[in-house]
Amino acid sequence: MKTAQDIFNILKEKFGNSVLELVSTQPVEPFITVNPLVVNKICLFLRDNEELLFDNLMNLSGVDDANGKTVKAEDGTSKVEGATLSVYYHIESTSLKHKVVLKVSAPVEKPDVESVALIWRHADWHEREAYDLIGLNFLNHPDLRRILMPYDWEFGHPLRKDYKDPEFYLGMKVPY
Amino acid sequence: MGLLDKQFTNDSIVIAKVDDLLNWARLSSLWQVGFGLACCAIEMMATSASHYDFDRFGVIPRPSPRQSDVIIISGTVTLKMATRIKRLYEQMPDPKYVISMGSCSNSGGPYWEHGYHVLKGVDRIIPVDVYVPGCPPRPEALLEGLLKLQEKIRNHSSRKLINSEVKKSA
Repeated sequence: MKTAQDIFNILKEKFGNSVLELVSTQPVEPFITVNPLVVNKICLFLRDNEELLFDNLMNLSGVDDANGKTVKAEDGTSKVEGATLSVYYHIESTSLKHKVVLKVSAPVEKPDVESVALIWRHADWHEREAYDLIGLNFLNHPDLRRILMPYDWEFGHPLRKDYKDPEFYLGMKVPY
Repeated sequence: MGLLDKQFTNDSIVIAKVDDLLNWARLSSLWQVGFGLACCAIEMMATSASHYDFDRFGVIPRPSPRQSDVIIISGTVTLKMATRIKRLYEQMPDPKYVISMGSCSNSGGPYWEHGYHVLKGVDRIIPVDVYVPGCPPRPEALLEGLLKLQEKIRNHSSRKLINSEVKKSA
């Protein structure tokens, strides 16, 4: 059984700069932030290493961090910069009885995250949901389609903070 | 006024208006589409079960819309489901009736403001005969809704319908 600090040290030694930091100042359990383009390699290591054996992905959730700063350009226009989308992975080892949380963040303009669907099969639909509602793009996912909204939904990803309802969908009025 | 008021005492003959006979037949065997959407469907199933016994009013669930007279919209109508509901309704033969059960189906309910996926009232896609309020309505409320629908059918007049058709075409 290992603590988040132990796991962070093992990962830091193995993956170096791809493992960013251990955050334990939040009032939730500590989490390890890692590089979104290496997260699949890290997760495979976490699953298969004999000291870690994280065989169960308890939950995978997408988050719109709503952390963009509005920057005014010289010509008077303003735009939002620095906004990120995040994915949290709650993983558990059923044999070694330890748990840890991973976090990756990607810029909202290009929210690419490597898929872990082939490492834990339950990640498949979780990632489809995160894609559907938040708009995260999971690289190398076997079947990245919408899962909850209609397949022909073309009005964006509803849980983005800047999402606006369309006026009509297939001739049906959407707002109240 | 019942259908049997002018029953002949000797023979098995009943005299009644055609409208009364048709309406009586229709309202006494309202077969519903076997179709449920959300938590309201649990109450609808409870209404069908032995304690409340929908069958005593002639309501039995049918596995096909083509054999049904009434569809009870029992739950949240998502935009994805709305297209399917419209198709089910169009597959039902005339005369057909719609009971909207519960707040979601009536007006969007708790999803009225932030329900990006919810149709704010099933009456936006199909005509509703009876609205049953509640979240979810108790079986007694659904029974009352059915009685209201029966009352509506009992007062139906085919002559009025024909007249309105004539007016429309004129």
